[in-house]
Amino acid sequence: MAEQFAALIIVVPLIASLFVPVIGWWKKRLCYPWVVAVLIIPLISSLSILNTVMTTGKFSYRLAGWAPPWGIEYVLDHLSAFVLVIVSFISLMVAIYSKKSVQDNLPEKTVPFYTLFLLLVTGLMGIVITGDVFNLFVFLEISALSCYALIAIGEEGAPMAAFNYIIIGTIGACFYLLGIGYLYIATGSLNMADLANILPPLYDSKVILVAFAFFTVGLAVKAGLFPMHTWLPDAYCTAPSAVSALIAPLMTKVAAYVMIRLMFTVFQPHFSIEIVPVFTILGWLAVMAIVWGGIKALAQTDLKRMLVYVVVAEVGYIVIGVSVANRLGLTGAILHIMNDAVMMACLFLVTGAILYKTGTREIHQLSHLNKKMPFTMAAFTITALSMVGIPPACGFFSKWYLILGTIEAGQWFWAAALLCSSLINAVLFFRVIECAYLKPMEPAYAHDGGETIHEEIQRDEAPFTMLVPIVIMAAGVILLGIFSGKIISSVIQFAVPASF
Amino acid sequence: MLDYVISKYNFWIYIILMMIGLYAMIGKKNLVKKLIGMNIFQSAIILFYVSTGVKAGATVPILSGHGHGHGHEVIEVAKYINPLPHVLMLTAIVVSIATTGVAIATLILIYRKYNTLEEDEILMIRKETGV
Amino acid sequence: MDVLYSSRPLWAVLVSMIAAFLILATGEKNRNIRESWTIMAAVAKFLIVFSMVPVILQGKVIEYTIVTFYPGLLLQFRIDAFGMLFGVIASSLWIATSFYSIGYVRGLNEHAQTRYFFAFAMCLSSTIGIAFSANLLTFLVFYEILTIATYPLVIHKESKEGIMGGRKYLAYTLTAGCVLLFAIAMIYHMTGTLDFKAGGFMADSGGSSAVLIMLFAMLIFGFGVKAGLMPMHEWLPTAMVAPTPVSALLHAVAVVKAGVFGCLRVILFVFGPGLLHDLGVWLIMAYIASFTIVVAGFLALGQDHLKRRLAFSTINNLAMIILGAALLTKSSMTGGIIHMANHAFMKITLFFCAGALHVKAHKDYVSQLDGIGRQMPLTMGAFAIAAIGLSGIPPMSGFISKWFLCLGALEANQIIFLFVFMTSAMLDVAFFFPIIYNSFFKKPLDDVTPHFDEAPMFMVIPLVITALLSIVFGIVPDAFFRFFSMTSLAVQNILGVG
Repeated sequence: MAEQFAALIIVVPLIASLFVPVIGWWKKRLCYPWVVAVLIIPLISSLSILNTVMTTGKFSYRLAGWAPPWGIEYVLDHLSAFVLVIVSFISLMVAIYSKKSVQDNLPEKTVPFYTLFLLLVTGLMGIVITGDVFNLFVFLEISALSCYALIAIGEEGAPMAAFNYIIIGTIGACFYLLGIGYLYIATGSLNMADLANILPPLYDSKVILVAFAFFTVGLAVKAGLFPMHTWLPDAYCTAPSAVSALIAPLMTKVAAYVMIRLMFTVFQPHFSIEIVPVFTILGWLAVMAIVWGGIKALAQTDLKRMLVYVVVAEVGYIVIGVSVANRLGLTGAILHIMNDAVMMACLFLVTGAILYKTGTREIHQLSHLNKKMPFTMAAFTITALSMVGIPPACGFFSKWYLILGTIEAGQWFWAAALLCSSLINAVLFFRVIECAYLKPMEPAYAHDGGETIHEEIQRDEAPFTMLVPIVIMAAGVILLGIFSGKIISSVIQFAVPASF
Repeated sequence: MLDYVISKYNFWIYIILMMIGLYAMIGKKNLVKKLIGMNIFQSAIILFYVSTGVKAGATVPILSGHGHGHGHEVIEVAKYINPLPHVLMLTAIVVSIATTGVAIATLILIYRKYNTLEEDEILMIRKETGV
Repeated sequence: MDVLYSSRPLWAVLVSMIAAFLILATGEKNRNIRESWTIMAAVAKFLIVFSMVPVILQGKVIEYTIVTFYPGLLLQFRIDAFGMLFGVIASSLWIATSFYSIGYVRGLNEHAQTRYFFAFAMCLSSTIGIAFSANLLTFLVFYEILTIATYPLVIHKESKEGIMGGRKYLAYTLTAGCVLLFAIAMIYHMTGTLDFKAGGFMADSGGSSAVLIMLFAMLIFGFGVKAGLMPMHEWLPTAMVAPTPVSALLHAVAVVKAGVFGCLRVILFVFGPGLLHDLGVWLIMAYIASFTIVVAGFLALGQDHLKRRLAFSTINNLAMIILGAALLTKSSMTGGIIHMANHAFMKITLFFCAGALHVKAHKDYVSQLDGIGRQMPLTMGAFAIAAIGLSGIPPMSGFISKWFLCLGALEANQIIFLFVFMTSAMLDVAFFFPIIYNSFFKKPLDDVTPHFDEAPMFMVIPLVITALLSIVFGIVPDAFFRFFSMTSLAVQNILGVG
């Protein structure tokens, strides 16, 4: 049964996306329930897959019955099943959330929005599930193309940001494609498992090295790793709320997933660690990403733009975990893929809700939000504390494993970067919390809300469809922290390559 | 040296094309030219792929003389060009066309908004309007 | 050692956390119900904690594992005599503070009372978590929660100073948290365990002495920030902008005591006396603590703001506790540990008095207190008892701890520290006695009512009780809460192994 679910995960949203225009042509308001209903199926399927993987181990699904390595194979192991659950869960939450945001911001674009939304989700899931490097490229481009279009329908300046993203994203994808090309020249295979068998004798070949280099650069572009992150802030910031809430948590994480997949499954860990010094370079880039992202985030007055730079820094976290190349570090990286996805989703959802209700994203204008939107702000605060690394929220635990990993690798500067980043996050988020919870400090801001200070501030909470995903995410932040041990012992420790 | 260059001429051509494309994407101010650069970049990779399927003295991969039920003759792989890269490139071409489509649509949006497609002018306008 | 598995530690932590959310749900409209949650949780918590005391005194430990994260890495409670001591101090004083807070916030008609009581309950929850934690990770988890839970209390006034004080507080404590995180990760990497062990476990880690010293320094820095160890003390006086019950809680019950508790855990349960002796860092530690004692004493002299003066006195006393532990002798440890309890009762009395003066007479400065003793004899009487106690004069409880500390200095053959304790006692006299004298014997200022006019009873009764208790503990150190038995048991455990 679980094998069929593997196909359903891709096929259902793909086919359903084709029906969105039909349904929208008939009755526009039915698009939303349709998308939400459709996205429940991948969530159930991925949960069932995870369950199967946990009980019986990894399995694969042959598309159209073709045997690998000729046919395309979907491979479900602990890592992919785990990431699938994250992707399907967050996309469902964002879909639920999108109702008011789309009605409000994009009333005329409802149909294309939901079509592209489903396509994007299809692409992301495809990237995770596939066991074929070329098929992965196709899914990468499906998700990227729908993402370009989704960003372009955003606010002022979005088309320009989207265009830049198209150019740079295409370069990244092309590099990845070139990597496949070289790999194919050397091995004659595109199947990941097959490649993993063929490659080891060829590790000295320059062709393999070139392929590996292209992969790394291409994926670094896609993941928005410093200094290839330049497209990211504008694109994520100008996108509509519901879109950034989907792409900010997922796009970069999925690219990081591909990085882990290629470096530790297709290539064997000892190749990536010993033969190529790639991890030293990546690790330092990640450090720069953390520092640069943090500094740029400090300079922002716009909440969403600040978060976008935090995304840049968070990519650094995951890459550091990958770069230390030991069991603890990689555990931290995989754990952080999940934790960060949930935290980022929550923060962007909250930002969207604030924008929807107050019409502003300026941090200084957020005063009295604790009275107006108590639940939303409580969720924000919980997530912010998690970002700072306060236990028992989940951010603490991924940070803990990442730091253990850096210590084991003897990379003190990387550990220092991670610690500094917690402090930078503390400054960033407490600034917002201060503005939202406390009275305006400077009289200069008083004139914005000078009259309202003395009045009783009315509760004006975000609509129900927005609030539910936000609260679920915030609860998730705490629960994932408390149960992180369980998650690690039942899933992640099997997702880390056994050779560590 | 020259032999080396000539014997791997397909690589050199694709690299040169790719660099032209990269230059256009980075160096040109006009957004359409950037887009064209992107297309050249993609085409270079497509050419590279297609060239990798070539084998000396081989022919197109269409099996002749094999009626149904006569599958006893051994197919010599060396006689046929490897069709897989070509097939892959069909997909890649579709992807690149789709990308171009999205990019052109975006360009139209940009043109409607700013009445120009020169990057520096757009930046000027955005700075003036404070966006 | 007998181990008793019981979920009571968990309930002791959870009861105030549950209360915190009930408080939040009840809200401003039903003030009496909201406050009753606080009181009920405080009493329940104390009863749960206290019910475990007999078990601990039999030499058993109580253990409860919440979750396991990784082999050797778990969230676990294990109550030994030392942790129990801290638990009893915190939970018993919370009852007093709860009543007092109600009087205080209602007396001043403070804003955001719900948030205030919520944060208060969360603070206590994490403090008990700290007291009962079995290993460094659990300790860190609750330590960080405590940091965050205290923040809303520090900024409670939402004035510019309050916000600045809050920022400073966060800057210090979060930096400390990061350093701790690193040091603890490092220890885990080296030893594969984080469990506290009487007498320390780092001796078997095999780390070079440079690494061990660095780790020790990092841990002491991390906990020392909250303990107000110089030069990391700066946030403490600044945080005095908070309402007085918060200061009382910060100083006497939860936050700084958690820092000191952490320092002692590191000295006695992570590194252990033996290793610290071998490394030679105990002497450096002792000098740092002595420096803090003396300098804080002098700085206290210069403060006119009553609460700031008390803050420096706190810094002074906390360093005394740490010095006691750092001297590594039996008596000094006993003195240090028992001083945690004694100081708590005396210092909370002093802060309660400062708060009562603020609410009733609106006086915050030492120079305004002339003759106030005639108006508020109970308050100032309690103040006098606590101040005399802190100076180490019998029969107050402060004498007991000073006695043991001085003995310890002699046992360690370090006469210089004896002088440090003496100097400190004299400084205590110098900065407390003028207040007592002025308030009772000087001519009242114009705005002082010369007849009996006390603060609300909600405030006066707790402070009188804590003052009386500090006399009782001076005469019978083992009364009620069995602090002395627990202390000697803890010291026995540490020295028995080390």
